[in-house]
Amino acid sequence: MTILATPPTAPTETEQPRPARRRTFGYPRKASIWTYAALLAIVAGSVFPLYWSFVVSSQTSEAVAQVPPVLIPGGHLFDNIARVFDTTDFGRALLNSFLVSGSITISVVFFSTLAGFAFAKLRFRGRKILLVLAIATSMVPQQLGIIPLYLLMAKIGWTDHLAAVIVPGLVTAFGVFFMTQFLGRAVPDELLEAGRIDGCTTFGLYWHVVLPIARPAAAVLALFTFMQAWNDFFWPLVVLQNNATVQVALSSLASGYTTDYTLTLTGTLLSTLPILVIFIVLGRQIVGGIMQGAIKG
Amino acid sequence: MAMPHLSARLDTKGSPYLYVLPFFLLFGAFGLFPLVYTGYVSFNDWNLLDAGEHQWVGLANYSELFHDSYFWNALGNTLSIWVLSTVPQLLAALWIAHLLNHRLRARTGLRMGVLLPNITSIVAVTIVFTQMFGRDFGMINWLLGLTGIGPVDWQASTWSSHLAISTIVMWRWTGYNALIYLASMQAIPHDLYEAAELDGASSFQQFRRITVPMLRPTIIFTTVISTIGGLQIMAEPLLFAGTSTPTGGSDRQFQTIALFMYEQGFREFRFGYASAIAWTLCLIIAVFAIVNFLLTRRIASDEK
Repeated sequence: MTILATPPTAPTETEQPRPARRRTFGYPRKASIWTYAALLAIVAGSVFPLYWSFVVSSQTSEAVAQVPPVLIPGGHLFDNIARVFDTTDFGRALLNSFLVSGSITISVVFFSTLAGFAFAKLRFRGRKILLVLAIATSMVPQQLGIIPLYLLMAKIGWTDHLAAVIVPGLVTAFGVFFMTQFLGRAVPDELLEAGRIDGCTTFGLYWHVVLPIARPAAAVLALFTFMQAWNDFFWPLVVLQNNATVQVALSSLASGYTTDYTLTLTGTLLSTLPILVIFIVLGRQIVGGIMQGAIKG
Repeated sequence: MAMPHLSARLDTKGSPYLYVLPFFLLFGAFGLFPLVYTGYVSFNDWNLLDAGEHQWVGLANYSELFHDSYFWNALGNTLSIWVLSTVPQLLAALWIAHLLNHRLRARTGLRMGVLLPNITSIVAVTIVFTQMFGRDFGMINWLLGLTGIGPVDWQASTWSSHLAISTIVMWRWTGYNALIYLASMQAIPHDLYEAAELDGASSFQQFRRITVPMLRPTIIFTTVISTIGGLQIMAEPLLFAGTSTPTGGSDRQFQTIALFMYEQGFREFRFGYASAIAWTLCLIIAVFAIVNFLLTRRIASDEK
């Protein structure tokens, strides 16, 4: 899905650090105890399904069928993990997902920064039109082009090859838009002019001036891209029948004739773990990226 | 370092195109071209993998689709699930954003907590919820049992399955939309609220008369995006069934159009017919996105 896009027009103002002076009255208002209570309930609702999958994956199958349900983790997590690896080639699936998401991430960051630099800082004929076109492409429901894409991959013999998933993911409209927005603000024109006077070629400017400045935004874009590629499902399901990514392996685990929930939820936990680690370590940047993207439109 | 004049000119005039070219080439080849080519395939009887074995049939696939009760069923399901998930989702997101738009302790932690569902994959989310919606040992039926409502076989009927699938979609997207709204809320000038406060406007009036109108562009944006995404829902109904049969339940009670397209294309291998479904869905999405754009623009401006 192409949801990680940004609104076309929105007021511009970054989230500012809270003013140093203490105000008892003012905006935004101080949160009441009810605001905290409501927010904590919402966060609990957000976390619960993941906690629940952890509980189930640490129990035996019999324990899961209990009424009332067991809410405390048990001691069978590692047995269940071993069972997942015995049942499907989950190690291969994890490796595939890392390869796919890693390649896509590197490529998206590189091409987006390159195009973003051109759109934000270089003057050329047709710049505006091309930028609008690039942004408009983020609205295109690409999922619906899946049949010719499959025919194409079958023709060039890429079905069940990771390339079939990597190559269509090499660029995203969101990435180009995101980097254009960032570089437009972050790279001072004077610096580029100084570089030109010193005899830098355009690519030299990109390499020596733009890339170092782009680093923080590139990191956020890399996070988004990696997570999105990791979670992608429909296209890998179609084209990687016999060389599954994690999501595809997980879906076949879940759609057996008898569904063994300790097994599938252990798989779910394993597949979510890498993303969860990234989120816990870099969640602040991810939240910031979404809000920046939303606001900078 | 002095550069020859001509190559310097070529560098400044020409190289920008080189930098944007990879995006357009790759997007064109793997994003746009397949979508356009879907149109061509949809005018063919194209049943086998072999590219040579297809036959031009004109509009036959479309007229078949128009008379296919499975298609109308899927269209109804798609719209029902879309409305059930989008409307409460955006309202809840607005409310959560309002809650987050306070001076809060553990601000980042709360925002991360709200966003957490969005970073988990659709597959993972659907599997966990399918377990929780389980008929015999599911947590939700157990909770309902405590309140005296009998166990619901969530997959079995149209309304219950739509409700369950919408819950899954809502759970995954509400927090994301809340952060988008929050970002826009923070950009609203504070003196608007201070003036309203002086005029004696209640907190709810301020929300209605200031916050909502000021969020107009963002509300329009999220509505359009949720429309484009929501009408393409496919993974949730596929996995909610708990089997690998892409019919969306035994009576197709929760088969969406995208899932119908998947069934026709990759189970029945009727590529021409599936392409006709894809193009029809594309058209439906375009119409709904435009209508929603106009509608939300109007509603949001009425608030002023």
